[in-house]
Amino acid sequence: MASVSTPARRAAAGSRRAGFRRAAATDRRRSGGAGWLFATPFLVFFTLFLIVPIGIGLWMSFTDASLTGHGDNALVGLDNYSEAFGDSQVWQTLGNTVWFTVLTTVPLVLVALAMALLVYTGMPGQWLWRLAFFASHLLPVAVVYQIWSMLFQPDRGMLNGLLKIFGIDGIGWLTDEKYAMWSIALVTLWWTVGFNFLLYLAALQAIPDHLYEAAALDGAGAWRRLWSVTLPQLRRTTGLIAVLQVMASLKVFDQIYLLTKGGPNGSTRPILEYIYDTGFTNYRLGYASAVSYVFFGLIIILSIAQLKIFSRRED
Amino acid sequence: MTTETLSPRTPGKPRSTMPREVVRRRRYGGPVWHPSLGTGPLPRVLTLLALALLTVVWLVPFGWGVDTSFKSEVDASASGVDWIPKAGFTLDAYRTIFGQGNLPVWAVNSVVIAVCVTAITVAISAMAAYAFSRTLFRGRRVLFAVTVASIMVPPQILIVPLFRQMLAMNLVDTYAAVILPQVVAPAMVFILKKFFDGIPRELEEAARIDGAGSFRVFWSVVLPLSRPILAAVAIFVFINTWNNFLWPFISTSDPQLMTLPVGLSTVKDSTGLRNAQESAASILGSIPLLIVFMMFQRQIVKSVATTGLGGQ
Repeated sequence: MASVSTPARRAAAGSRRAGFRRAAATDRRRSGGAGWLFATPFLVFFTLFLIVPIGIGLWMSFTDASLTGHGDNALVGLDNYSEAFGDSQVWQTLGNTVWFTVLTTVPLVLVALAMALLVYTGMPGQWLWRLAFFASHLLPVAVVYQIWSMLFQPDRGMLNGLLKIFGIDGIGWLTDEKYAMWSIALVTLWWTVGFNFLLYLAALQAIPDHLYEAAALDGAGAWRRLWSVTLPQLRRTTGLIAVLQVMASLKVFDQIYLLTKGGPNGSTRPILEYIYDTGFTNYRLGYASAVSYVFFGLIIILSIAQLKIFSRRED
Repeated sequence: MTTETLSPRTPGKPRSTMPREVVRRRRYGGPVWHPSLGTGPLPRVLTLLALALLTVVWLVPFGWGVDTSFKSEVDASASGVDWIPKAGFTLDAYRTIFGQGNLPVWAVNSVVIAVCVTAITVAISAMAAYAFSRTLFRGRRVLFAVTVASIMVPPQILIVPLFRQMLAMNLVDTYAAVILPQVVAPAMVFILKKFFDGIPRELEEAARIDGAGSFRVFWSVVLPLSRPILAAVAIFVFINTWNNFLWPFISTSDPQLMTLPVGLSTVKDSTGLRNAQESAASILGSIPLLIVFMMFQRQIVKSVATTGLGGQ
């Protein structure tokens, strides 16, 4: 095992390298078979559980496949798609998804940045700060659901209890259409900000010290260094976090499904829940697939747009 | 280079050219730039206050869950904001949970599934990444391009066809149905391939000259050099699998096969009359990962940073 890395061997190999070039070339040609061997396990799973489902899903979206019956996989052409584009539920749930994404992305970037900047001051207690801000990210969604449904309970919950202390009437956090999506966004901020916080913390640690030293030598004060050194250095990370966040927020399902089931009155139902409801509750797998492909198309368009914006900024 | 020679932890290096303020902060151990460390103790106190406030806000919800789990059901469903229950603290909720619940079964399922997914994912991803990085075979470029492109596919759109596939393969309500679809992680292949690309070829060639075949090179040269990134990928996959909800939720209906997150979500009732029990179950369900985090905090922080590209 360790034999290959002894310095003597390495040196010997170095001096012999030229003479062995032809042997190495043959070796590389021979490794064609080995390459396939290495790649095959992954490729098998990749094909079975990614490529094939994509294909099946696409095919199903052109049929009236259902979860219950047999032999009802008749091709219906583009019917599912034309139905999807005319389905007000598709537009409403898509609207909810976009609204959720808008509500969550900005605070999830800004709060994470603030947390990382505060922790990076080097204040004693690093271990505690990191634990406090990141730990909630490790909780299973069912735990998040349990905790927040207690806090949100209208007449016995802690949040309304707190409001009462300040003489404010309690609100229906999850039951009032006006507030439900905001409450969900609040839970999401609490649950997932830790991941972005760690990405920012890593980016901060990667900023070379000499930039600060140079700035300090030039007489830049602390605030000036923040604006002229730190924030510009974090631009790429901010872009990355924003992109990841938009993608993650568009895929929201778990916490909404558990906390409100999409209610009240469909005001928080995201498109993925609509796909789930159509496929698994109403058994319309064909139509559910068509809606997923509309959603997939949207994600691809968004990704390409983001890629374009980013590559332009790089220039 | 510069930063190393100026580091306060390297004794005997000249630091005289630096402003005194900078030297002081470097000695203190903190970074040298932050606004709140600008002048005097007041900004530092403010920073500490801000940190403490955020920490309290982030810990209170979890703390409330812990607190509730030690209350009697009557106190747990009482209104208000009392942290100290009228009837005193009790372990009743935990006793009930252990007495009747499926919790131990779910915990075992979660461990089995997370360990299997992690092991298989790391193994097949590392092998594929090595093939893409270091071997030549027909179709290598195309296959890698397809793999990278597939990172964009939201896994949620696959659930309907995947479920059908599992029905067809007669795998619904088996471990295999939960595990197998989760081991496909194109993002991890991409991350590992990028890392393997950076390993100097000379090391490999030396081993080959010593007569090692591709497998030997992979096992004895490449893998040992890649331990940190492999650990990062493993931790990341483990956390994601442990907390994955949608797929295990859809592919299992038998309580004996449910994972912790899925099982916990099924026992919650909406009346709030079993708050203490449900909180106790939640706390027990979150302890394993919290312990993992406390033990491996440094590595996890690093793994999030290095695999951040992999998305959530």
